[in-house]
Amino acid sequence: MSRYVPKCKAEKADERKSKICETIEEAIERSGLKDGMTISFHHAFRGGDKVLNMVMNIIAGLGIKDLTVASSSLASVHDEILEHIKSGVVTQIYTSGLRSKLGEAISHGIMEKPVQVHSHGGRVHLLQSGELKIDVAFIGVPCIDEYGNATGSKGRSQCGSLGYAMSDVDYAKYVIALSETLEPYPNAPASISQDKVDSIVLVDAVGDPSKIGEGATRMTTNPKELLLARRTARVIENSGYFKNGYSLQTGTGGSSLATTIFLSEIMEKKNIKASFGLGGITGTFVYMLKRGQIDKLLDVQSFDEFAAKSLGENPNHIEISANEYANPSSKGTAISQLDVCVLSALEVDVNFNVNVITGSKGILRGASGGHCDTAAESKLSIIVAPLTRGRIPTIRSRVHTIITPGDTVDVLVTDQGIAVHPRNVELKKRLKKAGLTIVDIEDLHKRAIELCGQPQKIKHTDKVVAQIRYRDGSIIDEVYQLAE
Amino acid sequence: MKIINSAHAGTLESSDIYIQINPFKEDKIELELESSVEELYGDAIKELIIKTLEDMNVSFVHVKAQDKGAMDLVIKARLQAAVLRACESDPVWEEL
Repeated sequence: MSRYVPKCKAEKADERKSKICETIEEAIERSGLKDGMTISFHHAFRGGDKVLNMVMNIIAGLGIKDLTVASSSLASVHDEILEHIKSGVVTQIYTSGLRSKLGEAISHGIMEKPVQVHSHGGRVHLLQSGELKIDVAFIGVPCIDEYGNATGSKGRSQCGSLGYAMSDVDYAKYVIALSETLEPYPNAPASISQDKVDSIVLVDAVGDPSKIGEGATRMTTNPKELLLARRTARVIENSGYFKNGYSLQTGTGGSSLATTIFLSEIMEKKNIKASFGLGGITGTFVYMLKRGQIDKLLDVQSFDEFAAKSLGENPNHIEISANEYANPSSKGTAISQLDVCVLSALEVDVNFNVNVITGSKGILRGASGGHCDTAAESKLSIIVAPLTRGRIPTIRSRVHTIITPGDTVDVLVTDQGIAVHPRNVELKKRLKKAGLTIVDIEDLHKRAIELCGQPQKIKHTDKVVAQIRYRDGSIIDEVYQLAE
Repeated sequence: MKIINSAHAGTLESSDIYIQINPFKEDKIELELESSVEELYGDAIKELIIKTLEDMNVSFVHVKAQDKGAMDLVIKARLQAAVLRACESDPVWEEL
């Protein structure tokens, strides 16, 4: 009989550094990546991401084909994927967002299989349900130790929360971490822990944190946006939810950011404090946390350098995963504890349905993000949009693409009046009593069309180029190929 | 009205339209339109330009319009201004 011999100590010593690979090629080889598999990326660096393009070029060089790329979102910097679609390296995409040349090419039908557009919570649901099986996850992390403990709140390219990566690695069969700074073991507290990481590669740069904001976090000086923001703050103030311990998610974009600032002023005047701020966290929220106006920040994605820095320093600024944030089939999400959320829109229709993915010409140029998740779970969801953008009416008889169903929307704030969803009888009374201009959404639509004229119908073929997945995985809408 | 000169009105700013008017050798309206909202309002803008010119009794004209999403009232005003400049005539305000 042969006796089992455990590994000797000398072999164990080698194991301590065994995860480090010299090159990305070596890590890919170890992962066993083959044709037809699924790989994932996260978008904490948004427009400053350097990992996806770098890895895709190497994979293409290795001759691997027919891959499904599941990135938690895609920014304009990822237009390079187009080359890999043309050469057959990438044949399927799962993402929250599509923009720029990539969005245009997909809208014109460059891919055979329709792109699956998911929300941030819906992505984790797809992972949990088993539809989306990640074979190899590539995660760019600002710093890591030699055994895989990684975080985004330290390091040269500090990006803040790694919330999306945290959920991806929970489901991925093999995880390759790419990083640029090696910290001594143990790199604690870690966002991604050693027990989730298979291989580590050190590269020159994983991302440029200065490009995370990419215009999304600018403070507006546009008078129309400021008017929208003031009005939105007044809606919140008079909604009945505005009291000590309420919670808030505002997101990015000109009006949203300004809303937070106006709200902060009202909170100070009325001596009201919020229990938590949620979502993509910006410097404005950090400022409110520091002044004691908000008790805690729950951060799935840090939208600027102030948020990234605060996450590393302030114990009340807490990193959460996409699963904790918004997955409808998790055991508990932060959004289900949320009172008020402020969301933007490309189009809203007379049934309050919201489009944040296709532009006025039917081209994919936006992101689902946490839009439908927060609208569904928060007590009060407010959509903020101008009645028209130039000659383009924002209020339509039917949105081109539904991301968020109207039944989960409570209020629409425009520069020409506020529309309240008909089911919110009490809320409508309260806002009217506060002196706000409440109008019928049909009247807003009529006014928009009077100003702009009825737009022509966008011509399309019957080929589906993208399927919009609701947070529970169901197909809520489809985007068709544009006619040439 | 008779087009005598070349003339223009408007700008290339967002929500405006730049209109260039030239005399044309044939008895017709020759229209070239570029628009940032072509897919949504191209037909409507062409129709408006032709109707406005017909209402002013203008022919033998070449119109080049570069639209940046102007609304109808802006398009009409810019076009009338360009035509009046090209005809060297004083506007009859009641008729515009």
